[in-house]
Amino acid sequence: MSLERLPIIFRTEDLCAYYEDFMAIKHINIKIPQKQVTALMGPSGCGKTTFIRCLNRLHELTPGARITGSIYLRDQNILQLDPIVVRRRVGMVFQRPNPFPTMTIYENVLAGYKLLGIRLPRNEADEIAEWALRKAALWEEVKDILHRRGTFLSGGQQQRLCIARALAVKPEVLLMDEPTSALDPKSSLQIENLIVELKETVTIVIVTHNMPQAGRISDFTAFFYLGELVEFGPTAELFTNPKDPRTEEYLTGKFS
Amino acid sequence: MKFNLAGQFYDDIFRKISTVMALLIIGLVIGIFITLVIESWPSIKAFGLRFIWTTTWDPVSREFGALPFLVGTLLTSFLALIIATPFALAGAIFLGEIAPPRLANPISFIMELLAGIPSVIYGLWALFYLVPIVRWLEIKFGAPPFGLGMFTASLVLAIMILPYALSVARDVIKLVPQDIKEAAYGLGATRWETILHVIVPYARSGIFAGIVLALGRALGETMAVTMVIGNRSAMPHSIWDLGNTMASVIANEFTEATEDVHLAALVEIGLLLFVITVIVNLIARLIIIRLKVK
Repeated sequence: MSLERLPIIFRTEDLCAYYEDFMAIKHINIKIPQKQVTALMGPSGCGKTTFIRCLNRLHELTPGARITGSIYLRDQNILQLDPIVVRRRVGMVFQRPNPFPTMTIYENVLAGYKLLGIRLPRNEADEIAEWALRKAALWEEVKDILHRRGTFLSGGQQQRLCIARALAVKPEVLLMDEPTSALDPKSSLQIENLIVELKETVTIVIVTHNMPQAGRISDFTAFFYLGELVEFGPTAELFTNPKDPRTEEYLTGKFS
Repeated sequence: MKFNLAGQFYDDIFRKISTVMALLIIGLVIGIFITLVIESWPSIKAFGLRFIWTTTWDPVSREFGALPFLVGTLLTSFLALIIATPFALAGAIFLGEIAPPRLANPISFIMELLAGIPSVIYGLWALFYLVPIVRWLEIKFGAPPFGLGMFTASLVLAIMILPYALSVARDVIKLVPQDIKEAAYGLGATRWETILHVIVPYARSGIFAGIVLALGRALGETMAVTMVIGNRSAMPHSIWDLGNTMASVIANEFTEATEDVHLAALVEIGLLLFVITVIVNLIARLIIIRLKVK
């Protein structure tokens, strides 16, 4: 699988992100292929989370944060779009499961519509909720308790609920920021399997510092170090034959 | 070993002192209740339950009914609450979520100063500034232009309780976890949509607790209310009427009451106010528990 032949959904040009005067990511140029799983790897503080938060412009919510360069989503520079529109097209799943504690499971799945004041007809709402929950492999577990609070579920179920919530608004890209780091091994595995299935539906960009996980689920891997994009390529290639010595050192556990 | 023993000894002393202190609080509440019952006994014996629902308050003919004051207290307090709540909510959202710390911190500080101003000063200020405004309003609405009265008292109360409701609500809004706000922003919600659908519902129990704290203060507030309510001991017919609250009638008449039964009637009003405050707080506790986000 070569990068050149795949359609590209995200392209950044000379992307830099700052917190006040600190430059967290430096001059990133990357092309992220459509309907593939792209993993962002690197030691803590390497800028991978900052990078992913630029892609839906969540980075700007932090006081003092700013972005320079450009990010193209299907040839539209999202830095010139309304962030609200960008975030509808680019969904996000966070490190810790964060269902809305005041809402039921059903309401959580449809929260993307409720928050934006979109009223769906009852049957359409039911359809979307079931579709999203099935996609998130949660439907069978919750179909009889849709009207209980989302926080009543286990951690792994809550995270799948958050995935369903993100999918329900039919985004083009799903960003995942270490989605399994707060979960037990069994729940992590379920989410991993889910990610592989989901790439039929949506492009996935996932931050992970779990190397075997990146190896299992991703088609492409980007290695970040000290705010720079060191290396990017097909996962199998990057893992077996890294071109940069820093990538090799990271993969062999010389630093973490 | 010796050190350890000494530690245990002080530990023991400390535990005993704190237990006594805690029990003292309960004793104090019970003591106040018993004193009120004893002192108001002549009135309780003379009027029975009739005291609560009759409207004549006539020290000359020794006929005492507390309903006008009950109504006065509840009316002014709830009106004050209705006036203050929107401001408290808006202010709390601004200070807790919208304003940068550079702006929120000095405003919060000044607001806490506001809570510390003595009640009598609010009363004076209201006499000079609120009374003329209310008089103007009364002329507009075709009510007798007293300037003083139930509505003026409600306005003063609203201003006085605002800092309490606001600061509690601000604190709970600040405690809303960042990750559920980010979840909302991540779904494309605007700041307003996030506040409306995520932050306020999450903080609702705390916001309500602040309002109840404010209500507790409004029910018992005496000085400022006594100065502007008009001190008329008859059933009020509209919010523009002169009136009295339970607290204001006690403050106003206590030094002048020479008859034993008059004095006892005033103490019984105090007893009623005590009971109402306890009931309001109990109901509020139950509601807060029900509203709590689990």
